[in-house]
Amino acid sequence: MKDNILFRKLLISGTLIWVGLLAVVPYLILLRTSFLERGGEILQAAGWSLANYTRLFSPAVFSMAVDSALLAAGTALLCLLVGYPFAYILVRSGEKAQPLLLLLVMIPFWTNSLIRTYALVIMLKADGIINSLLLRLGLIDQPLQLMYTSVAVFIGLVYTLLPFMILPLFAAFKAMDLQLIEAGRDLGAGPLQTLLRIIVPLTMPGIIAGTMLVFLPALGMFYIADILGGARSMLLGNYIRDQFLVFRDLPMGAAASVAMTVAMGILLLLYYLASRRSGGGHLK
Amino acid sequence: MSRWLKGGYAASIFLFLYLPLVVVAVFSFNDSRFSLAWHGFTLDWYVRLWHNTGLMTAAVNSLIIAASAATLATFLGTIAAFVLHQYRFAGRRLLFGTFFVMMMSPDIVIAISLLLLFLALPLNLGFHTLLLAHIVLCVPFVAITVFSRFHRFQHDVIDAARDLGASEYQVFRHIVLPLAAPAVAAGWLLSFTLSLDDVIISFFNTGPGFEVLPLRIYSMVRLGIRPDVNALCVAMIVFTIIALILTKILLKEKK
Repeated sequence: MKDNILFRKLLISGTLIWVGLLAVVPYLILLRTSFLERGGEILQAAGWSLANYTRLFSPAVFSMAVDSALLAAGTALLCLLVGYPFAYILVRSGEKAQPLLLLLVMIPFWTNSLIRTYALVIMLKADGIINSLLLRLGLIDQPLQLMYTSVAVFIGLVYTLLPFMILPLFAAFKAMDLQLIEAGRDLGAGPLQTLLRIIVPLTMPGIIAGTMLVFLPALGMFYIADILGGARSMLLGNYIRDQFLVFRDLPMGAAASVAMTVAMGILLLLYYLASRRSGGGHLK
Repeated sequence: MSRWLKGGYAASIFLFLYLPLVVVAVFSFNDSRFSLAWHGFTLDWYVRLWHNTGLMTAAVNSLIIAASAATLATFLGTIAAFVLHQYRFAGRRLLFGTFFVMMMSPDIVIAISLLLLFLALPLNLGFHTLLLAHIVLCVPFVAITVFSRFHRFQHDVIDAARDLGASEYQVFRHIVLPLAAPAVAAGWLLSFTLSLDDVIISFFNTGPGFEVLPLRIYSMVRLGIRPDVNALCVAMIVFTIIALILTKILLKEKK
């Protein structure tokens, strides 16, 4: 009996301790660092400043952040528009085909995104596949400049993150009672009405989860912007990386990371509200 | 008609997702260094890859990190799932919430906050810091996978074992663990792929003494396309596919 209590206490406290040390404490350090002045020491006790947060709203930084947020939002929107019908087709596919089709979505989902970005370079280069094809078809006389443009970064983000939208949407469709669609039709709802008043509300948790899984990484994937965008494209992730590794301004980089977490918090709150409304209740 | 339309739509999405990967695979067997035209089949690039010690060391390092992080994350994650499922204690909901937030957090935020922890301690960046970071990355996924398996158990078995006088340890070791074994194994594979998949956390949390594959590829990709990198990409994709199929088999419900 005594051993049982000991075993139980050991497991609970062990888990809480390591989660605290490796997940909660680092975030608290991040938060603390974001309030330091430039050149402040990590873990120093004194000195609180809002300078970094003010700087987030200075014209140069703010316009970069807005551009990055717009690019990420555009990526999420395109992934949603493309992925939504696709997830529906997937959930409606035959019992035999579905596991295979799902596996085909999961392979890119789990493949190293740097490798997938590299694969995209071969497609987009001046002497790459797309240009060679267009030249051969006679549609263009000169290779298009695809690489090192913000369009290339956009394509790269959509290409990398599309599976992250499809999978939660698929899960949402799977959890939904598809007979409700027929029921709505029988009761006289048109296609648009069925979509907007039945399908979309019931899959809202999936829509928000997918948006979160695309939007947040799209802010941070600095290597995609580096490889496909060259020096021109700047994501919030590039900015954070540069603050840490180039300018050694850890407090500023920390503040930008906190801003990103705030965006995550807002999306998580939306997700929570949506899953409560649709009765899913994914958050325990 | 609508059937064809749906099929065509799905096919074009798959084409978008797979064409670049197929192209890389084809070029990895192409007997030409620069040209995109087909010059005949060769395994030369794979041989060269094998002899490229820098690249192979980085690859082995990545596999070591992935295997160790997966093993430790599976250990910690399974215990966390057991704790969350079996016990009621102060902070249980908070622990749940923390795992959920960790899963949703952008990699760059996890990477940066761990980097700050390592700088504060201070720990030298290298194998150990990267290992810790990858464990943090993987544990929530293991915990949730195993936890959802626990949810589908016959709970009478556990109650029966307790009634028959099994200790908590015996319940864990002889009832819960064997029943959850497929999910535990799936959690390991999930962590393994998650670790191999990672770029951003590796970027911030390792030092010059311990180079892993993504960093190596990153510096090579910026210098342009290389056939031995093509071969390496194919090898990594094959690794991912194998791990995924194994995970699928393990998580398949017995009918």
